[in-house]
Order: sequence, then structure tokens, then C-alpha cells
Amino acid sequence: MRDRLPPASKVLRQLEAPARPATVVFDATDITAWDSGLINFLRNVSRECNNHNIEVDDSRLPDGARRLLKLAFAVPEQATGRHVEPPSVLKYVGQVTLDLIQGAPAMVRFIGEIALAMERLLRGKAQYRRSDLALVLQETGPQALPIVSLISFLVGLILAYMGAVQLAQFGAQIYIADLVGIGMAREIGALMTGIILAGRTGAAFAAQLGTMQVNEEIDAYRTLGISPIDFLVLPRMLALILMAPLLTLYASLVGMVAGMLVAVLAFNVDLNEYYQQTLSALSPQHFLVGLSKGVVYGTLIAIAGCLRGLQCGRSASAVGEATTSAVVTSIVFIVISASLMTIMYQKLGI
Amino acid sequence: MSRETHIRVVDLTMAYGDFVIQRDLNFTINRNDVFIIMGGSGCGKSTLLKHLIGLKFPGKGDIWFDDINFWKAPPQEREILKRRFGVLFQSGALWSSMTLEENITLPLSEYTNLSGREMREIASLKLALVGLAGFEQFYPAEISGGMRKRASLARAIALDPEVLFFDEPSAGLDPISSRRLDELILEIRDSLGATIVVVTHELASIFAIGNNSVFLDNESRTIIARGDPKMLRDKSENIKVRAFLNRGRI
Repeated sequence: MRDRLPPASKVLRQLEAPARPATVVFDATDITAWDSGLINFLRNVSRECNNHNIEVDDSRLPDGARRLLKLAFAVPEQATGRHVEPPSVLKYVGQVTLDLIQGAPAMVRFIGEIALAMERLLRGKAQYRRSDLALVLQETGPQALPIVSLISFLVGLILAYMGAVQLAQFGAQIYIADLVGIGMAREIGALMTGIILAGRTGAAFAAQLGTMQVNEEIDAYRTLGISPIDFLVLPRMLALILMAPLLTLYASLVGMVAGMLVAVLAFNVDLNEYYQQTLSALSPQHFLVGLSKGVVYGTLIAIAGCLRGLQCGRSASAVGEATTSAVVTSIVFIVISASLMTIMYQKLGI
Repeated sequence: MSRETHIRVVDLTMAYGDFVIQRDLNFTINRNDVFIIMGGSGCGKSTLLKHLIGLKFPGKGDIWFDDINFWKAPPQEREILKRRFGVLFQSGALWSSMTLEENITLPLSEYTNLSGREMREIASLKLALVGLAGFEQFYPAEISGGMRKRASLARAIALDPEVLFFDEPSAGLDPISSRRLDELILEIRDSLGATIVVVTHELASIFAIGNNSVFLDNESRTIIARGDPKMLRDKSENIKVRAFLNRGRI
């Protein structure tokens, strides 16, 4: 095995020939040392001999090799229907497409279950613990403030710098206020909050529920007749629907402060002038657009995180896969919905 | 001991997609039996248990609890029926974010009208029954594997179930803890009057507690022996079953 495995192809070709032998003799009398490479070779040849009803004489094999070979055939191969085949690009693309198509009904069913849970919540019949909701609210909202602050501040800074350099060519630095204010309130605040929540909270939801799946905790809920949707998904859903718009509003304001600092300190815009310009540029409508996006992104992140967590397999690696999948799904959902809503609001003149 | 039929499995076939795990399973479990589902690793014991407790839909066949056809009953009736079950999962499956007390009070809060104080008292009683009095405020991560198994049993008996299902109860336990758990299972069967269904391949447990069994074979993919495990050990005509129950010595 140190070099490579001995090929069995020469022998196998002879077994396929019309004048095939009646018996194959394994003669290893000259072999002084052997390892699993030999056993693998013997196994491949023996299997082909069996397929062609050719007798195998292993009496001249070392005792250990003979025993290992016997052990290798002790349990017949199970017809599991699963085979490792060399990957082909076409097959891979087909499989991914089929997975996507087959995954769609599961997602629709999951969204339907959430809708029913929401209806039970409105009727006061949902089974969940308020303490769980409070905990998830704390984790998704206040505990996300530091990272939301940092990212929004830096994004506001970048936006202001980029805009200011261009606007300064026309002596229109004051319009940094419009650019940063409207940009943060309508788009960037919600988008950055969504991406942070997808990476932070969506991944956490998938990992929590995935680990519970591995530990059979979800099964324990189901056998007790307690809906995991009510008990686990609903609090997470509510927490993100409530917290995502609030964090969006906060992110927008932090981004605006960053923009103001750039304008005042680097481009000599008067602080009061900047403030007044921001007030005149912004209307409640801009904030409402941002907040509505926050609600949509929060809902989508909760759906992706919880769905991937509940779909998790029963191994440690499956939890990692569920977490990755939750983040990717959330970000794809966010980008698609952001594009659709931006176009829709423009068309509606909002 | 009553010989009234409690659970009846009729022509059950279990499969993952096209891959059949076990086919044409037929057996009955009597009330108050300690019924063992045994067989080699990977033969489908735990999968059968999942079909019995409503976690997996059968490929074919029926499972009857008394006169209710479990998988053909309306979902609401199935949910009500499931409240008559207690399940001890292989890993314990205690809810890790809750204390032992909360693990036990949760099913009580969902399905009884007990006050908070009453539920805590019941939780304390159930924990005392399994030898964990005083551990009410501990989290699952703070106790040993054997204690987790017992705490999980306390949760399984929270609603005084009619049927208790155990998936590999002795897995990961030392022989003394394993024997204590066996004694506890019998104690609970006798005290609650419950029917016990145990998935295991631990011979000591099988002979200590089982009075009826089925043996699942992973080659023929069906039941190859049934009856009292001790009788099967001594008198089964199937060599594979005798070898299994005699640790390979026949």
C-alpha cells in the first residue's frame, strides 16, 4: 500500500475472455510480506470469480490473508440502492435542481405551519413559554446592538466619503446629508441589519434547532404532542419580526451620524446646516419603507434559520451544514426581496 | 398478569425510500408486558420504535393501540393518543435549556389544569421516584449520563402513561446503573400498570425485564423469532437467535 494497490485488471480481463478458466488459484508461497493491498486485490478477483461461477482456491495464501478474505465476504453486500459514482457536472447540476424543486414543497408547508401557529397565537391558543420569547428577544435585539452599531457606522462613513468626493467636485457637499439620510433610512440600514441578523441570529437559530434535532429533543416535543413550531419557531419568529425593524431604525440613525461626522470634519460642512438639510431631505415615508423592509427581512431570516434547523440531520456535521445553509438561504432571500421591494416602491412612487 | 392485547402491529413494512428495512411485521403486545424488540445493530429496532411512537409513517401496514388504528386515525385523535405514551430516548433527549423540574412540568402544563405549585410537587415526586430528589433545579448538562437517563424517565412518566417506550435504555451506562434502571423499569411497570416496550440488545437487560419479545433479522428483513427471551435463548430453533442470546456461544 506504500506505493499503490496492485491492479486486478489483467486477471479480470482473462475472466471475461470466452475461454475462461474453471478455477483460479491464489498462490502466495513466494510472498514474504503483505498488507491490505493484497487483500483488496484478492477480494476484487474473488468477487469477479463468484460472478462468473469460477472456483477459487485460496489454500496457498498465508493464513492471515485467507482469514481476512473470508471476513471480507462474511456479510453479503446489502442492496441499499446507494452507490458512489464518479461525479459528473451534468448529474450534479441535475441533482441540485431536483433538490431545489423537492425542497420547495417543504418550505411552503413550513410557511403554512407558521401561518397556522400565528393564527393560534392570535387566538391565544399557541403553546409557547413567554420566558423563551423574552430570552430570544434579548438575544436578537439588545445583544446585537454592538455589532449593528459598528457595521452601520462604518457603512455610513463609506457612503458619505464616496458621495462627498463626487459631490465636492460641484461644490455640493451639503447633499451628503440627502445621500446618507435617504440611503440609510430606505435601503442600507435595513440591508446591513438583515445581513448581520442572517449571519448572527439566523445561524444561531439553525444551530440551536439542529442540535436539538441531533439530541432527539425535537422528537421529545413531538411525542408529547407539543408542536415544535409553536414552542420553538414561534418565539424566534416573533422576536425577529419585532427586533429587525427596531434594529433597522437604529442602524439608519447610526449611519446618519457617521455621515454627518464625515461631512463636518472632512468636508467642512456646517453642523447645523447638515442637520437642517437632513431634516428637509427625510420624511416619515422613508423610515416606513426601511421599517417595512426590516419586518420582511426579519421574517425571512427566521423562516430560513428555523427551517434549516428543523431539517437538520442527526450528526454533528449536519448541524454545520444546516447553519451554513441557513445563512446562505437568508442572504439570498434578503437580496431577492430587497430588489423586488425597491422596484415595487419605485413603481408605486413611495 | 393481564393478557389483554394492548398494541397490535399488522403487516408493517418500514422503508427509507425504496430501501426496505423490515417487511411484513406482525406481532401483539399485551397489557403490562415488558416487550423487547431485539436484533443485531442496524436491523431497524429504533426505526420500528419510531413507527410505534408516531415519528415515522409506515411504508405499509397498521399499528393498533386498543381499538384505534394509529396511523389511520385523524391527526387530533393521534395527538390525544400520544399523550398516553411516555418515551425515553436513547440520548435522554432532555430539553437542554430547561431545568429538570421544567422538563417535567412542561407536559403537565400543556395537558393538565394543575397550578404551578402542584406541578412542581409532581415534578419533585417523579424525580424522587427515579432517585433524583433534590435535583429539581439542575440543568441536564450538570448531571451524569445515568442521572440524565433517570431524569428522562421521570419526564416520560410525568403524565402517568399507559405505554412506556424505551430506546436502548442501558446504552452508555455501567452495569450497576444499568441494573438499577432495569429494576426501576419493572417498578414503574408494576406501580403504574403500564405496558413497556424496550428496544435493546443488552442481554442482561433482556433477561432481567423482558417477558415477551420479537427478534428482527437484518438479512431476511423480518421477524425470525418471538416469545419469552429466556425461552428463545434455551429453545429457539433458529441458530442466529440462539447465538445472539448466548453471546455467540451455542
